[in-house]
Amino acid sequence: MTDRLAHYVSDAPFDPNYDEEQETSGNRFHMASQWTIIWWRFRRHKIAMLALCLLIPSYLSIVVTEFLAPYNLHTRHTDFIYSPPQEVHFYHQGEFIGPFVYEHRMVLNMDTLKREYSENTDKPLPIRFFCSGDSYEFWGLIPGNLHLICPAEGGEMFLLGTDRLGRDMASRLLYGGRVSLTVGIVGITVSFVLGLFFGGLAGYLGGWVDYAVMRLIEIMRSLPELPLWLALSAALPVTWSPIAIYFGITIILGLLDWPGLARAVRSKLLALREEDYCVAAQLMGARPKRIIVRHLLPNFTSHLIASATLSIPSMILAETALSFLGLGLRPPVTSWGVLLSEAQNIEAVALYPWLLMPMLPVIIIVLGFNYMGDGLRDAVDPHE
Amino acid sequence: MIYYIGNRLFTMAGTLLVISVLVFFIIQLPPGDYLTTYIAELQSQGETVAQEKIDFLRQQYGLDRSMVEQYFIWVTGLLHGDLGYSFEYNLPVKDVIGDRLLLSMILNFSTILFIYAVSFPIGIYSATHQYSWGDHGLSFLGFLGLATPNFLLALILLYFANLTFGTSFGGLMDPDFIGQDWSVDKALSVLEHLWIPVVVIGTSGTAGMIRRLRANLLDELHKQYVTTGRAKGLPEMQLLLKYPLRMALNPFIADIGNLIPQVVSGSVIVSVVMSLPTTGPMLLSSLQSQDMYLAGSFLMFLACLTVVGMFVSDILLGVLDPRIRHGARGQK
Repeated sequence: MTDRLAHYVSDAPFDPNYDEEQETSGNRFHMASQWTIIWWRFRRHKIAMLALCLLIPSYLSIVVTEFLAPYNLHTRHTDFIYSPPQEVHFYHQGEFIGPFVYEHRMVLNMDTLKREYSENTDKPLPIRFFCSGDSYEFWGLIPGNLHLICPAEGGEMFLLGTDRLGRDMASRLLYGGRVSLTVGIVGITVSFVLGLFFGGLAGYLGGWVDYAVMRLIEIMRSLPELPLWLALSAALPVTWSPIAIYFGITIILGLLDWPGLARAVRSKLLALREEDYCVAAQLMGARPKRIIVRHLLPNFTSHLIASATLSIPSMILAETALSFLGLGLRPPVTSWGVLLSEAQNIEAVALYPWLLMPMLPVIIIVLGFNYMGDGLRDAVDPHE
Repeated sequence: MIYYIGNRLFTMAGTLLVISVLVFFIIQLPPGDYLTTYIAELQSQGETVAQEKIDFLRQQYGLDRSMVEQYFIWVTGLLHGDLGYSFEYNLPVKDVIGDRLLLSMILNFSTILFIYAVSFPIGIYSATHQYSWGDHGLSFLGFLGLATPNFLLALILLYFANLTFGTSFGGLMDPDFIGQDWSVDKALSVLEHLWIPVVVIGTSGTAGMIRRLRANLLDELHKQYVTTGRAKGLPEMQLLLKYPLRMALNPFIADIGNLIPQVVSGSVIVSVVMSLPTTGPMLLSSLQSQDMYLAGSFLMFLACLTVVGMFVSDILLGVLDPRIRHGARGQK
């Protein structure tokens, strides 16, 4: 082999399928679709993968909230108002008996009028799994009473404490996720549609349409968001049903979020509409809508998705802030922001710090989306 | 340059006009007006309200005219410095607001200063020590700062302040100074209380700024002129400060436009949580009670604050970068 020249004529017979074999077997990369490549690149981003692994279960959990939560959203335990979180133990008097909590006893301190809870260490209450508990209607349709975990028969269990009405915080947190997590998705859909529409118009048509849209965007971006959100949600009629309010709020969030997206779409379209294939489509008589949607947008859909991922957290935060201030969602709708509004004054926080628990999922989800969006953005970047 | 400033001024005036229409539209959105609420309240207390009195009040406040007329009355009033009348407090809006506007401005301005002062050195450190432990730690902190809503940060801070010091950190000055005229002592007291809300509001802005400065600087650091400079024996510090940093600074200042609305938004909600005597809490309560002139004045003020801030940043950018000055002309 070594004494062979760099240029030589191979003696082997000519194989007409040689090139195809090379492509299909040895070189996966050339055969992969764009999305497969993006996925490969995304997979390399360790933290983004971790975030994805965190977000998927969270979103799956809101499908089966009724099953996961030990209690119902509005189940009240009037004997356990402001009960602190109970600890899960495994060993009772040195003996392993599986996960259990000790019975909580409440004594009203007559001097301070404070409810004082103590553990009754003689009475372990083992936690049950796959058991029947509070009956519920799954998605308001199918009645059932199967829960993943329930308290022992005749006992109670509040892993994250209870609130002012004796409702289990852990259950409420799970139910709150259903609202808080979807707010971002619905809001981003609204903003996506608006952004594509206005950005598409401005970028493709140019001229005075472009000018008008750009001025509008400039004005929208120069307004401080929160006061506007506040004003708009204060304008939602009190008489609306909770569901209507929910959609009202998400639409408000989306209404103020689209300028960033529209700008990105516009600048891409401005460049792309000069391309030959676009001119070809025009000459063949395609209408602007078809050209934009079928020929131009697919060029940067992946980019749009990445930037949308990055603006979901700001929507979740905005909803939380609005509800916290009492101008967003209102009970009985429960979101993390609504739960947090219980912790609004410093006295409540000082006495019952577990009311701040809903902060944790908010921060985790927002961090998750940020890291995932970062990973996605890196993955779709063609400059690499 | 004069052309540029004039152009910007013109745009700003137009923007403010559109914003005033928008604000007026928004405060008119809720069904009914303050008088309907007020009358309903009187009636629920068992008082009868004579029709003449209702009509009188309606006329007094100009609520009987058409929307367009009401808008023009409101805007001409604004231009004359007459902010209208607060129904809830039964006082002219000007008297209700007091020095809240000034305190708001001080708060927002110091927050922006804080953001710059902190993100600058950290951003440079992160970029020059890319992928070091310090860089990773700082960017995680940055992400955390972005992810933590600032009102929650305010709550946590209040909680810990309450635990460790046993005093309330709410407010912007010692209670003794509230309602008093401005004096050196009062100003000092404000300064003393200012830093907590400033840190709280500034966290997320700082985090964003650090990320951007780091990215910009990283782009520059890999360019060839840096290598050339290094090869010619420039000391590392001088090399960094003289060329790449100056290049990286441009987007930094252009970013004021994003930063100001963000800071103003943040200060509103943090002020509510920490009950600062700024515009935030009053805006909230006026929106809740549909006290439209008061709410409108606050919205208008906050919008003005951002628009004027952006105008200043545009001018600054124009001074710094000739390409932007001429670009503005070419665009038209």
